[in-house]
Amino acid sequence: MSTADGTDVTPDGAPEGGGTDAATAGAPAKGRAANGAGNGAGNGAGNGAAGAPHRSLASRLVGRAGGTVAQVLLVLVALFWLVPTFGLFVESLRSTEDNNAGGWWKVFSHPSQITASAYSSLLDKPDFVDSFWNTVLITVPATVLVVVIASLAAYAFAWLEFPGRDWLFLVVVALLVVPVQVALLPVAKLYGNIDVGGFKMYGSITGVVLFHVAFGLPFAIFLLRNFFAAIPRDLLEAARMDGGSEWTIFRRVIFPLGGPAIASLGIFQFLWVWNDLLVALVFANTGAQPMTKWLQSQMRQFTGNIDILAPGAFLSLLVPLVVFFAFQRYFVQGVLAGSVK
Amino acid sequence: MKPSNEGVPPAATAGGAAAVTAPAAPGRGRGARERLTPPSWLALLFLLPALLLLGFLVVYPIVYSVIRSFFDASGGSFVGFDNYTGVFQGHDDLVAVRNTVVWVVVAPTLVTIIGLFFAVLTERIRWATAFKLVVFMPMAISFLASGVIFRLVYQQDPDQGVANAALVAIHDTFKSGTTYPGAGPRTGGDQPVHEQGGAVLGSAPVQAGQTALMPLVKVKPEYLPKDAKPAAQPPAAKAGQVTGAVWFDFTKGGGGEPNKPNAGESGLPGVKVEAVRGGKVVASATTGEDGTFTLKKVSGAVTVRLPKSNFTASYGGAEWLGSTLITPAIIGSYLWVWSGFAMVLIAAGLAAIPRDALEAARVDGATEWQVFRRVTIPLLAPVLMVVLVTLVINVLKVFDLVFIIGGGDPNANVLALEMWTKSFGGGNDPGAGSAIAVLLFLLVLPAMLFNIRRLRQERK
Repeated sequence: MSTADGTDVTPDGAPEGGGTDAATAGAPAKGRAANGAGNGAGNGAGNGAAGAPHRSLASRLVGRAGGTVAQVLLVLVALFWLVPTFGLFVESLRSTEDNNAGGWWKVFSHPSQITASAYSSLLDKPDFVDSFWNTVLITVPATVLVVVIASLAAYAFAWLEFPGRDWLFLVVVALLVVPVQVALLPVAKLYGNIDVGGFKMYGSITGVVLFHVAFGLPFAIFLLRNFFAAIPRDLLEAARMDGGSEWTIFRRVIFPLGGPAIASLGIFQFLWVWNDLLVALVFANTGAQPMTKWLQSQMRQFTGNIDILAPGAFLSLLVPLVVFFAFQRYFVQGVLAGSVK
Repeated sequence: MKPSNEGVPPAATAGGAAAVTAPAAPGRGRGARERLTPPSWLALLFLLPALLLLGFLVVYPIVYSVIRSFFDASGGSFVGFDNYTGVFQGHDDLVAVRNTVVWVVVAPTLVTIIGLFFAVLTERIRWATAFKLVVFMPMAISFLASGVIFRLVYQQDPDQGVANAALVAIHDTFKSGTTYPGAGPRTGGDQPVHEQGGAVLGSAPVQAGQTALMPLVKVKPEYLPKDAKPAAQPPAAKAGQVTGAVWFDFTKGGGGEPNKPNAGESGLPGVKVEAVRGGKVVASATTGEDGTFTLKKVSGAVTVRLPKSNFTASYGGAEWLGSTLITPAIIGSYLWVWSGFAMVLIAAGLAAIPRDALEAARVDGATEWQVFRRVTIPLLAPVLMVVLVTLVINVLKVFDLVFIIGGGDPNANVLALEMWTKSFGGGNDPGAGSAIAVLLFLLVLPAMLFNIRRLRQERK
């Protein structure tokens, strides 16, 4: 799989990831031992050669039949996975009357039902358009800030020496699993106290962005530190010998070398923030609300306003889908880097 | 990925720490190292922004939540563990606890099994990459969008919700779907048929070799099948048979003699007909396109009966968002979102298994199932564990899907949603909200310790 090189994100792990290799190292040895024993016994008894082709023919037949069954099954599964999203897309392209009169699959017999009117009336709503731009205004800074702040910290953890470094890194690793729920109430109260010259933190885009950055940092630092730590030492020392300041080294050597890891991290963070509902629900007021919160507020009487929800939901998932398909290699790499090891 | 990951990627949560390695051992002379090692205050500068944010927005809130959870709604008086015991009191709270347990037990297990299944199956096919992309795709879209998608899928009306449309289609394939809800005999005495307990009975017993006319009225046009032919006189019955006709005894445009199959009247196909004697069914048949039927191997006098199933409304699918099925239904949508994650991780684990281990087992004569069970699964165990733990952590925090698909139904409630409701969604009780948040935090603590332990082991 092309993602095998994705493990480069933490190069020390390589394909035989940390957690697995104890087991993988043990079992194959066992397998090989069994292999040897089997061959030995077969040769000794003199029937090893006769047994093998017979078995392989039978197993090939079984294998072929099994392969066909697997193919059919997987086609069905793939359809099963595509149909719900496709249904949403088709419903967003039909009028409310048509949607109430029958299911979206009726469109196959009545292609004339397709209309973009739901989209055009949705885009005529200024609060929806505002919420789209709010999503952008929240997502882009939250992603950039996480990448920059986490890179700085990860560089310090990987290549600078200071007392308590290992201990502090343990704390960051511990924070990886903290559920966001535990911070909602305290941070809401904290934000409520910040009111500087008419700027209220609670309800603002800034507050939402900072919350996302804070909760994105543990994973970001963790991922980037592992990547940076694997950069060859010679490269850094050569730069230090040449008299480069740490800031220059970070900017000119580490940051550019971190490309793949930073790409993975950026995509992750982008998708989390873009897709978030809970944080926006708590910290964003109506002026700062992203698309997810706006759509949620339209949900009160569900069946009544499918003409808003279907195109709105589809537009909100369009950007993540494009990002996903454009950068899926990095996305999968990020998943693997974070966990198989 | 998911908003509810709250910045903690699924991936990193469980096994992640294991990847950490100590930086390369110092290899240079002491003097060179000191010259090359920057002062520690510089490190602080690099760390400062991250530490500030983590301190104020993650660490301080944990402490605050723990303290706040021991105070009442207004925050004025200390109430000890009352907020914690409150989580387990009252019907609605207990439903939330029960549902969270169901989620944590069922969802991660199912997702892991499905992921393993897909990962193994895709090993054999050429278009594996395309398949993986399709199944992985829902990971990229928001739980809100997934929630909207599945609310549409689970709509009750089989003419709108694709889940029920599929159920009804499958049901009708195996069971004849032709029914005539509302149809029945003409009222009034002295009719050839009468209604009894939902079924329609011939008023007079019929002898073998005779015919039975079963006129029905009140047939709604939408239930009349397209293949129905005009009503016909039943064929003459041979010995040991009872023939008859079931038809819509109503002539369009008026006219026609009642209780006789006239021109312009329609036969009713697909009606089940039974011959009953002494309460026992002795013969049965189904009407043809023109509504006629032939009951074979009948002797003596029988009563012709059209059983109740002909007149009950057709199968309408499951009540997905009703009180019993709602949590399984939402877990179903969670499977749709997360199976790709498990599949990709497990597939990577499979790819890392050395081929010769499997070949060795095959050469030794193990069947494919034995190879899978005895070699593949043990080798995969660490990966499966990572997937499972990651999913458990994620499931504890599941909020958006329940919030959107459940739509406020208390039967769908889970702790993560209850926390929001208590604190922000009108509950107005930050004390109880904090207690639930701390409870969720305590539940992920084992995973946190697991991570730290693995990190330290790697360091050694």
